[in-house]
Amino acid sequence: MGKRLSLFNVTIHTGFIVLCVLFLLPLFVVLSVSLTDEQSIFQTGYSVIPRDFSLNAYIYILSGQSPILRAYLVTAVVTVAGTFLHLAISSMFAYSLSRPEVKYRHIASFLVVFCLLFSGGLVPWYILLSKYLHLKDTLFVLIFPYLVSSVNVIIMRIFFQTTVPSSIIESARIDGSGEFHTFRKIVLPLSTPVLATIGLFTAVFFWNDWFTASLLIENSKLYPLQFLLQSIMNNIAFLQSNPLTAKAAAMQPDETARMATCILSVGPIILAYPFLQKYFVKGLTLGAVKA
Amino acid sequence: MKSQNAIRKPIPVLSELLRNKIFYAMMFPGLIYMIVMYYLPMVGVVIAFQQFNPVKGIFYSKWVGLDNFKFLFQSDAVFQITFNTIFYNLVFIALGIGLALAFAILINEIGNRVLGNAYKSILLLPYLFSWVVGGYLLYSFLSMDKGILNQLLSRWVDEPILWYSEPKYWRWIIPAAYVWKNVGYFAVIFAAGITGISSEYYEAARIDGASRFKQAIKITIPLLAPITITLILLQAGKIFYAAFGDWTMFYILPKESGVLFEATNVIDTHVYRSLKTMNDFGMSSAVGLYQSCVGFVLVILSNYLIRLYDRDSALF
Repeated sequence: MGKRLSLFNVTIHTGFIVLCVLFLLPLFVVLSVSLTDEQSIFQTGYSVIPRDFSLNAYIYILSGQSPILRAYLVTAVVTVAGTFLHLAISSMFAYSLSRPEVKYRHIASFLVVFCLLFSGGLVPWYILLSKYLHLKDTLFVLIFPYLVSSVNVIIMRIFFQTTVPSSIIESARIDGSGEFHTFRKIVLPLSTPVLATIGLFTAVFFWNDWFTASLLIENSKLYPLQFLLQSIMNNIAFLQSNPLTAKAAAMQPDETARMATCILSVGPIILAYPFLQKYFVKGLTLGAVKA
Repeated sequence: MKSQNAIRKPIPVLSELLRNKIFYAMMFPGLIYMIVMYYLPMVGVVIAFQQFNPVKGIFYSKWVGLDNFKFLFQSDAVFQITFNTIFYNLVFIALGIGLALAFAILINEIGNRVLGNAYKSILLLPYLFSWVVGGYLLYSFLSMDKGILNQLLSRWVDEPILWYSEPKYWRWIIPAAYVWKNVGYFAVIFAAGITGISSEYYEAARIDGASRFKQAIKITIPLLAPITITLILLQAGKIFYAAFGDWTMFYILPKESGVLFEATNVIDTHVYRSLKTMNDFGMSSAVGLYQSCVGFVLVILSNYLIRLYDRDSALF
């Protein structure tokens, strides 16, 4: 290692450390604000290290006075159900497209690829969901629009074609295993790498989605976390259960509670990241060129 | 079955469907879903030629021919949003891919796997955040009275800067935010590409006395060219979609500040706003169709170029 510690290397390391600090700095500022006393924020502004440490914002949120816990629940349900359905439908679809004995697979594959070329755009999409499918203001509308994605189907199909050996599938067939049974008991277990990475990215997508709710959810009880976060960004009084009287405003954390909501919304991602990081990296290289 | 066969051949479509009925059954939910969620909206583009009335629906709204498009192309907005979309995307391609390439090569150069992976992981983290969170993080810096940036600048500047009402700063803020969120993604892709380069090239170069800088210029960069060119062409195919489809940054980060529109309004935010705040279906679907059609031509073109260059990376 001694030889490697040249001036050149030290410069690069310093550069990357500065860069990483810069990348994470905004997160630390928001974290610090969420851990500061409300009054202190009003007087001295934000800082990287809390000037007047206080857990009031978190106590306030977790005491159930704000709509955040409910939004957490909505987001959790949507993320889990959405990811599961997405994987189930897409993997079955992709598997049937990957089998050479399926004669019409080329037509179906063309239908999948064409969606990457042309889309109807936002407005017909919105009218379909709201006027014709009547999904507005339902929990299901947060899941339904994202059950199949062309890119994921293509990635899975290529994985099934190249990584799952045809001989295993054929010998299972000779042993009398039904096609669906083979798929569930042999193909899927062999495909955990692709399922894990696509599942992770799908889960992150559902977790981060505020856009669908902004167009299709009006009932505040169905707000997912990210949309709640977006709605309170410019709206000071939203988080407070009482009408905004001077006294209530002084007692209840507001700015700090909003920043705490932000931290709570990225919390699960940051906590899971060290453990799942290698799947994210693998997933990026897997779908890199096709995505 | 036997006697039927003797009389006439079974209908080929039906016999194929029956022979592989399990596979077609597995295909069915996905296929029906695509037809409903992707192909019905494609038919729905006809509302760009209607004076769409939500109560009457697609079948009974009044047809107005090209009126929506005439209105669109006579307004100033269409030039502004087209320019901004393409301007930022070009900056994003140059900055995103250029910096990621540099980072990946430098991380490889330091030769320390543990630290190298740590840097990559930290740079990749923002890629997993939503732009809503990005908006909060940015606000912690740019808030006029409490933000970190104005506190730092207060030593040199008398008046606090109103970041959210000065368009000129946003031509820098938007690309910076894009790099913050996406550079890790591209760096990971390039790093994987570097791992794929055979070490024999470097050994041979070392024997010939090539410096590390020279090795990077003469070996690493040329061998990464296929990935780089493919990535650029793929993004070029999406150049008509703000931030290549991840457009919500243009809506969230400026906090809907109207004075910033000249620097932050893009095609997608324009469609979204016309739909959400003005309920202007005709206008927003006309913009959407304009975007889809130009986008279609560009994807076909970029895919054609990718095929010429590297067949395996082509989308179709």
